[in-house]
Amino acid sequence: MDQAKDLMPMAVPALAPAPGGLLRHMLYVLRANPMTLLAFVLLALFLVAAVLGPLVVPHNPLATDAASALMPPSLQHWFGTDDLGRDVFSRVVVATRLDLVISVAAVALSFAGGAVLGSLAGFYGGWTDRIVSRVLDTVMAFPLFVLAMGIVAALGNSVGNIVLATAIVNLPFYARLSRTEVNIRREAGFVQAARLSGHSDLSILATQIFPNALPPMMVQISLNLGWAILNAAGLSFIGLGVRPPTPEWGIMVAEGARFIVSGEWWLALFPGAALMLAVFTFNMLGDGLRDIVDPRARS
Amino acid sequence: MTAVSPTVVSPTGFSPAAFVDVRDLSVDFKTRNGTVHAVRHVSFTLEKGRTLGIVGESGSGKSVTSYALMRILDAAGVIAGGGIGFDGMDIAAASERTMRDIRGREISMIFQNPRAALDPIRKVGHQIEDVLRQHVQADRSNAYEKAIEALTAVRINNPRERYHAYPFELSGGMCQRIVIALALACRPQLLIADEPTTGLDVTTQKAVMDLVAELTRARGMAMILITHDLGLAATYCDHLIVMKSGEVVESAPALELFRNPRHAYTKKLLKATPHGCASVRDLLPEDEAPRAPAAPLAVAKDRTPLLVVDRLVKEYPLKSARSGVFRAVDGISFTVGRGESVGLVGESGCGKSTTSAIIMRLLDPTSGTIRFDGVDVGATPAAKFARSPLRGRLQMVFQDATDSLNPRFTARRAIADPLLRLGAGGEGGPMPKAEIGARVEELAALCGLPAHLLDRFPHQLSGGQKARVGIARAIAVSPDLLVLDEPTAALDVSVQAVVLNLLVDLKDKLGMSYLFVSHDLAVVKLLCARVIVMKGGRIVEEGACDQVLGAPRHDYTRSLIAAIPHPPL
Repeated sequence: MDQAKDLMPMAVPALAPAPGGLLRHMLYVLRANPMTLLAFVLLALFLVAAVLGPLVVPHNPLATDAASALMPPSLQHWFGTDDLGRDVFSRVVVATRLDLVISVAAVALSFAGGAVLGSLAGFYGGWTDRIVSRVLDTVMAFPLFVLAMGIVAALGNSVGNIVLATAIVNLPFYARLSRTEVNIRREAGFVQAARLSGHSDLSILATQIFPNALPPMMVQISLNLGWAILNAAGLSFIGLGVRPPTPEWGIMVAEGARFIVSGEWWLALFPGAALMLAVFTFNMLGDGLRDIVDPRARS
Repeated sequence: MTAVSPTVVSPTGFSPAAFVDVRDLSVDFKTRNGTVHAVRHVSFTLEKGRTLGIVGESGSGKSVTSYALMRILDAAGVIAGGGIGFDGMDIAAASERTMRDIRGREISMIFQNPRAALDPIRKVGHQIEDVLRQHVQADRSNAYEKAIEALTAVRINNPRERYHAYPFELSGGMCQRIVIALALACRPQLLIADEPTTGLDVTTQKAVMDLVAELTRARGMAMILITHDLGLAATYCDHLIVMKSGEVVESAPALELFRNPRHAYTKKLLKATPHGCASVRDLLPEDEAPRAPAAPLAVAKDRTPLLVVDRLVKEYPLKSARSGVFRAVDGISFTVGRGESVGLVGESGCGKSTTSAIIMRLLDPTSGTIRFDGVDVGATPAAKFARSPLRGRLQMVFQDATDSLNPRFTARRAIADPLLRLGAGGEGGPMPKAEIGARVEELAALCGLPAHLLDRFPHQLSGGQKARVGIARAIAVSPDLLVLDEPTAALDVSVQAVVLNLLVDLKDKLGMSYLFVSHDLAVVKLLCARVIVMKGGRIVEEGACDQVLGAPRHDYTRSLIAAIPHPPL
């Protein structure tokens, strides 16, 4: 670190004084790290499937056809057909939207709630911190999936409640992370300087400290997106969540699992693979996202 | 650069006569913007019991040279050429296993940033015990006593209490003393001290360096002292090499270098070191554009001072004693006149930073009053002062420019921040957005910050440039009183010279009052007419600078003056 500092004055002249270099910086991050590039390509693929999926799939995902039930993958049905003769490929593609919506909405909710609670606890300390921290500890004391099951079971079986349950069980992670990140910067020099510039406490927290806590939170977000998809699929898998016949990866795996013993592996494999690929994509995305939001990574 | 006799050469090619023999060393770093030649063709030798000073400013490659000696360059750095002989063996070619044995036992290092060198979650006493036991200097039964001994040796008060402290509970100076205790505990043959006293008070610096020098002599150790402080290098080194941009520009015995500097860069460095020169202008190189002579420093004589501090007290509850309190500031009273510069001098822990934070209304005093321009600003709690109309008139330049700039704000945004909240004059609402751009550029020009740097983030700026951003931000709202909290402590001497001159110019142009907080009397003398010396939360001496420095009345002031390292001129 000290070496890097020592080198700075020499390295600086080589820098182009380019404002608005965010795009160039993104390109640099993508080029420097092939895994990040792969993750972004896969993400783009998932986004296209989510937005355009229902328009481009070859078959109606809900249309049953008893004559062609349980057909193995072929040119006509790429991923085969299920026990009701529905096209598995179409269902896997169409399910992308629902699964992404659930996970993104859940993560956005827990990020917003967790960031607010954690920042306040980290900034004010004292009783605010104690109360917030103990409440969060209580949430974390339950096995998270069981807690999510309980919430959905109690509130009712709907997409909204799956989102809410996933958000609540994830909230403590964001709150703890932002609490720590805010707390270590509470007495930083630039915070004192902001006080001299006439900032109030809340304005310091929102405009000065919190943006500096974003890079590690980005990593958390991307890891959590994968987890949230798994969680939603898991709830659907055990029958608490999205209901059939709506295409959703979790239910499809659950329904297809029955047929694996009789040799019809394609029912569970393809939605399972889509799920795995989505989780993999989000997990890989983390480091790249962090590098993009951290100005210090630019130089 | 001493010629090595060609007749005595060991099988490794390094002369056993020279204890350390660096020959034609080059170190390259691979970065995003291509290869940086951090060190180019550096050669020197060092005998046992001698001290070599490597002097240069940041980026000169002096630290990298020492990292190469210990083979602790980070992954991007490679020894691109040349060799390093240590006691007849070739360090550059040694295996990593051999190096692990050598590091700590044979060559030890005192790092620049003591906090980074200490384990943040382990008690300092235990860290010293670890080192002692690792190198079989102590066993379980006597480790505690030896650790206490080591703490005492580096002049730490209450070593038995400090033994249980974590690094974050200690001041920077304390941490550095712990690091020195760790490095010396190993009884190494060669000690590399990389800016060992940066951030230490002058008296502590003297005590620590005297101790290090004494131990080096007693144990026949060799020492390499890396520093940007020529005075320090001259006082403690036998031979000096001066580095610039990775190259050695001059190598000479210490006295010779000071009496008769040959290279222009050495001359410039010598000139920029504040020692006994009359005016702040003398620090600048002669070939620069001539400036108007600085206005004479005058003690303000008007009846109504700008700032009146009366019987100020700040108490903190103590951790150990339930009922006890620690008086950081113990009933001090002083005034700052309009347009006057007052120096507030003392060592770390003397309460000068607490005092300035209270005056800046970042902290509430326990008792006492602060009157600013006739208004009792102490009556407004610090938490509510952000909305006070006086907020903009009291501003501050922070000690650590890096820490005081938000890493996510460009220089432009940082300077605009007070304007967005307070407006240009301190009264009325925030400044209209349209005017801010022009005002920021005007401020940058005033502070000598080139406009194309305004869109850079702090990590893309050098130390001096960051200091300028901090100053521009502080003067953006036209304050009446500017507290300067050691604004040049982290800067190279030549940059310090420029920044001090900038501060003098700004004061002449804008008519501000300065409260210059520092531990460096030599610097205070150049900027202030009047000086206040603090110790243990009290004012021990106050008066005109010349008188306090020339004929100090208090013993403490005398010891402060004596501790300033003087180049032997």
